Amino acid sequence: MPTYTLNLNGTSTTVEVSEDTPLLWVLRDHLNLVGTKYGCGIAQCGSCTVHLEGNAVRSCSLTMGQVEGKNITTIEGLSEDGSHPVQEAWKEVDVPQCGYCQSGQMMTAAAFLKTNAAPTDDEIKNAMHGNICRCAAYTRIHQAVAVAAKKMV
Amino acid sequence: MSSSIRFNRRAFIRTSTLASGGLLIGFNFFTACKDSVKPPIDISKLNFNDFNAFIKIADNGMVTLFSPNPEIGQGVKTSMPMLIAEELDVAWENVFVQQGLLDTDNFKNQFAGGSNSIRLAWEPFRQTGATARQMLINAAAAKWGVDASECTTNEGIITNAKGETLGYGDVVKEAALLEVPDNVALKDVADFKIIGTDARNVDIDKIITGKPLFGLDFKVEGMVFASVLRPPAFGQKLDSFDADETKAIVGVIDVIQFDDKIAVIAKDTWTAMKAKKLLKAVWKADTNLESTEDHDKLLVDLLDGNSFKTLRKDGDVDKAFAVADTVLERTYESPFLPHNCMEPMNFFAHVTAEKIHLVGPIQTPEGTAKGIAAKLERPFEEVKLEMTRMGGGFGRRLYGDFAMEAAQIANLSKLPVKVVFSREDDMTDGIYRPAIKYRIKAAIKEGQITGYQLKEAAINSNMYGLIPNFFPAGAIENYQVDVANYSSNITTGAWRAPYTNFLAFAEQSFFDELAETLEVDKVQLRLDLLEKVKGSTDERIQYSPERMQAVIKKAASEADWGKKEANTYQGFAAYYCHNTHVAEVADVQIENGMPVIKKVTCVVDCGIVVNPLGAMNQIEGGIIDGIGHAMYGDFSFTDGKPNAQNFDRYRLIRMKEIPKIEVHLMKSDAAPTGLGEPTLPPAGAALANAFKAATGKRLTNQPFSKFPELLKVIPQEIIG
Ligand code: FES
Ligand code: FES
Repeated sequence: MPTYTLNLNGTSTTVEVSEDTPLLWVLRDHLNLVGTKYGCGIAQCGSCTVHLEGNAVRSCSLTMGQVEGKNITTIEGLSEDGSHPVQEAWKEVDVPQCGYCQSGQMMTAAAFLKTNAAPTDDEIKNAMHGNICRCAAYTRIHQAVAVAAKKMV
Repeated sequence: MSSSIRFNRRAFIRTSTLASGGLLIGFNFFTACKDSVKPPIDISKLNFNDFNAFIKIADNGMVTLFSPNPEIGQGVKTSMPMLIAEELDVAWENVFVQQGLLDTDNFKNQFAGGSNSIRLAWEPFRQTGATARQMLINAAAAKWGVDASECTTNEGIITNAKGETLGYGDVVKEAALLEVPDNVALKDVADFKIIGTDARNVDIDKIITGKPLFGLDFKVEGMVFASVLRPPAFGQKLDSFDADETKAIVGVIDVIQFDDKIAVIAKDTWTAMKAKKLLKAVWKADTNLESTEDHDKLLVDLLDGNSFKTLRKDGDVDKAFAVADTVLERTYESPFLPHNCMEPMNFFAHVTAEKIHLVGPIQTPEGTAKGIAAKLERPFEEVKLEMTRMGGGFGRRLYGDFAMEAAQIANLSKLPVKVVFSREDDMTDGIYRPAIKYRIKAAIKEGQITGYQLKEAAINSNMYGLIPNFFPAGAIENYQVDVANYSSNITTGAWRAPYTNFLAFAEQSFFDELAETLEVDKVQLRLDLLEKVKGSTDERIQYSPERMQAVIKKAASEADWGKKEANTYQGFAAYYCHNTHVAEVADVQIENGMPVIKKVTCVVDCGIVVNPLGAMNQIEGGIIDGIGHAMYGDFSFTDGKPNAQNFDRYRLIRMKEIPKIEVHLMKSDAAPTGLGEPTLPPAGAALANAFKAATGKRLTNQPFSKFPELLKVIPQEIIG
């Protein structure tokens, strides 16, 4: 089985897996980083969102070949201690219901706010539209993105 | 106003001194404890067969609540400890909640969460807290040699008349030796300090940092993963299969057949899922392979036919129809719905000679553990089940099919194994909301509604409990509810707000049309009907006409009902279920020739709100869920096979489709009632009624997105 090396949450990490294994399952089953969630496996729900070179991507649809040697950040690496402005905003607004989709929501929001520091309501809606929340905590997700934007200034 | 005392506290509260120090209080709020029962002295040996929950008060004054109560996203894990903290009089920051204990003996008294939890917990949790507080006071008073009545408490500190103080932790040892006192008064509602304040989700720090919490995150050394191939269509059986290609995949450990299913066991999830796809199975039809078209016809036949069972009958509806000036009749149709919990079904099992160890997200631990013990022919006592946090429930995790599969596979393989459903498995091997059709007929005579008949035709089973006695039962003299069903091999079950999730749409849409026919205001029609229920002595009628009128009036005023803003159209709905009264007003605007939902104003009377921050999340989620499924939720079958398998073909509501939501909670001194479900049922009706106001077209079938011609507005058709 081939080995792959990635820069994962700031640490060079090597893993031996079959070449078709999606990054999502490498993170969850091989590297014990279970904060990244499985929701659909076909890039439809956003539960598995991580950062690849700082951009939000769907880890269920990336093979190891595509991320070899790249910088990957997962929810566990978003901050050392939960102090990223997005995490703080999520806590302040008390966003989660079941909580399952929330790491994907936060990773999408964190990448988005880097590209748009002062988003309008419509821009927030557009940015978050790809992430499903089955519990429909959308009102608070929206609110928390706005709160995080203010914290990041 | 102190709450009534209905329980004998001595019977349901027991205490012990922990070997490690501190006071342990076990309590049981369904039945009294047997005399011989005592809480353990070792915190790792908590016995949830004899008690529902335990409170530990450590000698540093910290309070820990041990509860096996699962969390499915309704915040009960936060609100229940608030009840104890309130009466115990400790600072909320010093209360910790621990759930999912290892190796509990069994699960007799666990409750499933859901809308009922807070209602069941309301008195016993508070009484336990109050009793514990009294015992600590009594211990301190004895130490000081003063009368207990001169002592007061504040956030874990006991003070006597001289101003001397002792912390709870200082007297736990002595308190544990005291008799459990009786007749401890509960706080007045006006004195609440914690109940009614905002408390964050107790798992918030773990959720925002991605810590393992859910069933899918659970792992033990040596664990393997199973992906299961099940019959692709309802009504099929396994004929034969060939697993050669599957077994050739590196990482596949075993392929096991059980029942009509084939499990692929592999060292990781991905390998199991991909190797499953290489199985070559031959299926044969066992029973009917049913399609949605067949169901549509069968249900209409039932509505047209004569095979009804009558669930409630007042007066004589037939006579009312015969002498009516006008008869209004409408049929409303809804599809099957999958639950689509964000975390797909999964469960861990390990079967050894000594025990059956089960871990995962389940709302019915006792029934599941019992079923598995019976299936594997093992004594119930050998089953150890731990519950994890659940990535959504909506009714799906009431059923233990996935845990049973895990146990069967673990039993055959003797490996510690986790069954993981792919999204496709989760959507196609569901226990669905059954497709249902309603036909409602009303008689109008001299401007009054004189008769009302509701007929339900459903797949597999019908409305139950008190539902036939919901509004407008009691408001109309001649009233009848008839039900019939067709038994299908497609599995169906509870789905968030069972039956009422669509019944509310049908009835509240019908009332809109009744008001149009009668040419009266839609809100006023409902208020007038409720007026007639006042003073009713019918015990089956549990909705309160007064509380219902109050939420309706408040919703109408907050939403500025009847407002004449340009391009704003309103729809109204009000409903009672899960002991909660709700009214909703939807505001719709026309954009690019289509009606678009812009705002929902919602008024809720759910009694005392324990945690408003959590309550608002539930309320908003329920409304959006109601709108989302009314708009998009569609699940159909062709020859027994679901037509959608994943989110590419099954649409869930997303961020851009969300209206602004304004919630008003009624001030109340009444005991808290359900919140996880009641705001969902009226949402679809409020929306359809607003669409009617905007387009002049009435939607009677869900999902609305299936009827684009009814959602289109051509300029001359715009009403108003
Ligand atoms: S799991 Fe990757 S988008 Fe759904
Ligand atoms: S919080 Fe449950 S899916 Fe988003």
